Amino acid sequence: MARVVITGAGTINPLGADVPSTFAAMREGRCGIGPLDILDVERLAIQIGGQIKGYQETDHFNRQQIALYDRFTQFALLAARQAVGQSGLAFSGALADQSGVIFGTSGGGLTTQDENYRAVYEEGKNRVHPFIVPKLMNNAAASHVSMEWNLRGPTFTVATACASSNHAMGQAFNMIRCGMTKVMLTGGSEAMLCFGGIKAWEGLRVMSKDACRPFSATRNGMVQGEGAGVFVFEEYEHARARGADILCEVIGFAMTSDASDIVMPSKQGAARAIAGAVRDAGIPKDAVGYINAHGTGTAANDKTECAAVADVFGRHADKLMISSTKSMHGHLIGGTGAVELLACIMALRDGVIAPTVGYEEPDPECALDVVPNVARDADIDVALSNAFAFGGLNAVLALRKFA
Amino acid sequence: MTTDEKIIAIIAEQAMLEPGDVTPEASLADLGIDSLGLVECIFAIEESFDITVPFNANDPSESDFDISSVGAIIAAVKQLQADQAK
Repeated sequence: MARVVITGAGTINPLGADVPSTFAAMREGRCGIGPLDILDVERLAIQIGGQIKGYQETDHFNRQQIALYDRFTQFALLAARQAVGQSGLAFSGALADQSGVIFGTSGGGLTTQDENYRAVYEEGKNRVHPFIVPKLMNNAAASHVSMEWNLRGPTFTVATACASSNHAMGQAFNMIRCGMTKVMLTGGSEAMLCFGGIKAWEGLRVMSKDACRPFSATRNGMVQGEGAGVFVFEEYEHARARGADILCEVIGFAMTSDASDIVMPSKQGAARAIAGAVRDAGIPKDAVGYINAHGTGTAANDKTECAAVADVFGRHADKLMISSTKSMHGHLIGGTGAVELLACIMALRDGVIAPTVGYEEPDPECALDVVPNVARDADIDVALSNAFAFGGLNAVLALRKFA
Repeated sequence: MTTDEKIIAIIAEQAMLEPGDVTPEASLADLGIDSLGLVECIFAIEESFDITVPFNANDPSESDFDISSVGAIIAAVKQLQADQAK
């Protein structure tokens, strides 16, 4: 089987408009969650989010592009531009045919849907812009990225709610590993911070009105965020032959289904995915030094996730570090695993573990080293990234330092 | 229907029981209503009585709205009606 390495990374998220600024925010434990600035926010019970502030689409795209690019597509394109730029790759000939795009998203062009439902239902308009369908479709971001960089191989979009990005990256990893492709752009994007997007989440009664405090006894729910993370996954020999700078190696992936409840998480389902990723990576459990948790800040997720980690790792669970960066950037839903993979790369490459901010009080049901409030220097070899979705769908990636 | 009857009807529908089988002493768990069913009950109560129920599924026990039994829910709804009518 081929080895797979990451040779480019890009992002735009509430912590920063690129990877260096995101790493800086994670090191400082800066929180990007604040008051939402969206239409009709006064009619929402939940008025905070991890919104990308100061973002002007006209700074990045022309009028024709904006007519086709929903906010989630814009974020994906901006992140992809950084990732491809860092990788130094240009796609033509056989390489273009052996390169593709797999992205995760949950809501796709939800903002476009929201705006146009508003136009036809609230404003009573009987006509919408001709490009609403290609703008709102979930695969728009992957398709536009494939067009922009001439990626002509396997390209599609995965929608598994909060695990979308991890499922997407897992597929990209396995396609290269089995020899099907050489290079994959992968990750995910989400832009759900519109009135309808938040109103729907409000209904579930799992959102916090004030902050995302994963693992803290005082946690009272999740906070939504928006943004994208995109990575260049490349077959190792291909990267080595061209002298690419390798950020880290992707060594394992596993996915499971709880097959039990549409919203309540299952310890067994999560544990099987975590253990599966470690097994797939072919490493001993005690090689894992850091886990980027799913850590949503809900009562149910955090205690279930900690129990799953304790089950899988036994005594080693007390030695590894586990943090939730959602405390800083919020829950990017279908894009969350992609932005969170950055924390794993920072841990492996820079030796800095991103903290769980907003942590106030220990919860005996989350009695692990959650790296509270302050980032920590640590030399680790292997990091995992957890994602557990509504629908009981779990996806865990394993990364290793490249030395 | 009285307030009591309306709330019992909402809970009975969620529990797939006859209203006569829903007693004030019963907890929602006794009636087989899970966390999703609870959130649906609260939504139905808000819609029926045009009130806003302060409830966070992350910590139902610490919400101001007492959901420990059918009778407690009825009392809490009446209190909210009185408060929110002001």
